[in-house]
Amino acid sequence: MTRSNLPDAVEFARRIRAHALRMVHAAKASHIGGCLSMADILAVLYTRILRVDPADWRQPSRDRFVLSKGHATAILYAALAERGFFPVDDLKTYCCDGSIFTGHVSHAVPGVEVSTGSLGHGLPIAIGMALAARSAGAGSRAFCLLSDGECDEGSNWEGILFAPHHKLDNLVAIVDFNKIQSFGTVAEVLNLDPFAEKWRAFGWHVQEIDGHDIAALDQALSEVPAMPGRPTAIIAHTVKGKGVSFMENKLEWHYRSPSDEQLVAALAEIGA
Amino acid sequence: MRNTFIASLSEIAANNPNVWLLCGDLGYSVLEPFAAKFPERYINVGVAEQNMAGIAAGIALSGKTVFIYSIGNFPTLRCLEQLRNDVCYHGADVKVVAVGAGYAYGSQGYTHHALEDVAIMSMLPGIEVFVPCDPIEVRAATHLIAASGKPSYLRISRAGEPVLNATPPDNVRRPRLLREGQDIVMFASGPLAAQCLEAAASLAQRGRDVGVFSVSCLKPFDDDFIRAVARNASLMVTVEEHVLRGGLFSSVATALAGEPRRMPVVGIGVPEMGGKTSIAGSREALLKAAGLSVEAITDRIERALAKDSA
Repeated sequence: MTRSNLPDAVEFARRIRAHALRMVHAAKASHIGGCLSMADILAVLYTRILRVDPADWRQPSRDRFVLSKGHATAILYAALAERGFFPVDDLKTYCCDGSIFTGHVSHAVPGVEVSTGSLGHGLPIAIGMALAARSAGAGSRAFCLLSDGECDEGSNWEGILFAPHHKLDNLVAIVDFNKIQSFGTVAEVLNLDPFAEKWRAFGWHVQEIDGHDIAALDQALSEVPAMPGRPTAIIAHTVKGKGVSFMENKLEWHYRSPSDEQLVAALAEIGA
Repeated sequence: MRNTFIASLSEIAANNPNVWLLCGDLGYSVLEPFAAKFPERYINVGVAEQNMAGIAAGIALSGKTVFIYSIGNFPTLRCLEQLRNDVCYHGADVKVVAVGAGYAYGSQGYTHHALEDVAIMSMLPGIEVFVPCDPIEVRAATHLIAASGKPSYLRISRAGEPVLNATPPDNVRRPRLLREGQDIVMFASGPLAAQCLEAAASLAQRGRDVGVFSVSCLKPFDDDFIRAVARNASLMVTVEEHVLRGGLFSSVATALAGEPRRMPVVGIGVPEMGGKTSIAGSREALLKAAGLSVEAITDRIERALAKDSA
């Protein structure tokens, strides 16, 4: 698929936000806030960046995408459906008995590379994929999307130390930096600041961008490697619950599921 | 054992370009031959076992066979969740190799004693678990797991363990006969098989008919083999450099639990609390303190026989 006939990223983001809201509402599930904060990142990845063919997605030379914040799975499933990995109608089975669409990312779902859910696992796996890809010489890249809260995990910092040492410039770590983690703000729970400086000090090429700016995301994610010999970290400043005013920047939407009325209001706000 | 392992892995890697080896900054004077021959497939990940296990999963999910190597509990317990989720849940072709089984690191202390690892690793879904008794079995197990396509755990001792049976096993998944004998049957996992052979010789001098098998494959466990041997025995004995819970004794007892005629099974292993030693000691001293010396093993069997005939 050439870039010109790929779906429009803005419209793609709008559609996957709507799917995620409906899925979380129907399943009475959690984590809508972290789904909405990363919607635009997924939209750019799946419409403009990732070299993967939904019709034959296990080709060895494909790009790899690892969602390390595996709790925000509804919107990943939505993105895969919109991109054609499986019918959009399948999303209705999210979290239902017997469905493959579990409440944390499952590799039983077409297009999903690895199951995640326990935090701090994705980046090391993506590093392994980047190493194998470099060894194979096919030019494929590994992208890993992390939450800010999971940057508390020591395993991530083991990986952050490893990747620049091995000059893995086909690796991209994107942090959905929405500033709210499970039980409080990042600043309150375990402050990451100065966050970008930490990554730089470890040897990464770091870009700080507005994680809801499609053009900025496109530019940052298109430049891989942005600096030969260095992995890329994109600190994407985002808003938890982005697009639904009553969910934005509210910790409770890490857990709550919208009521019928709230779903209607939320869908109206995002124009679905 | 560890030198046999790396020699075997080097043979395998020479014929299979998909074999990688990662280590957690351990393996000095052991891994160098592999690193020298296959530098593009060898990575010292650093002192970072969680990262090592995750990276191994990522490489394996890209179509490779990845061995990870470190000491005792470091490549197992330290990264257990990575092994459960990243490796076993995905069926990733990762082989965990731990050197320093049981008390192999002797006076290095409790942190370096691997006493629960077999039980814990055996709990993981789809993994195969091997505890070879001598260099011959190490070589066979290394070749088997390299070709199995499955997550695997290989628990090896250190260096200098004697060859207990020079004939390579046809199938390292089956118990291997080390000494003929049917009335008392001893099953050993790991290098303690050597102590079992000595104990058996001692018992034989007193007129006992004692057989010894090495059980190098703890999972999948060959229940049928155990049951078949048990039919002709009057006493079964398990010996392991590991706590009894979840190791060889548990597997043998489970295999026999449904048998109509159940004979006694004497489980000889490291006492759970006794393993928490804070006294320095060589492997031999620690084995003796745990009741795993040749004399202690022989005595346990004599006492069981006396109780049985009383």
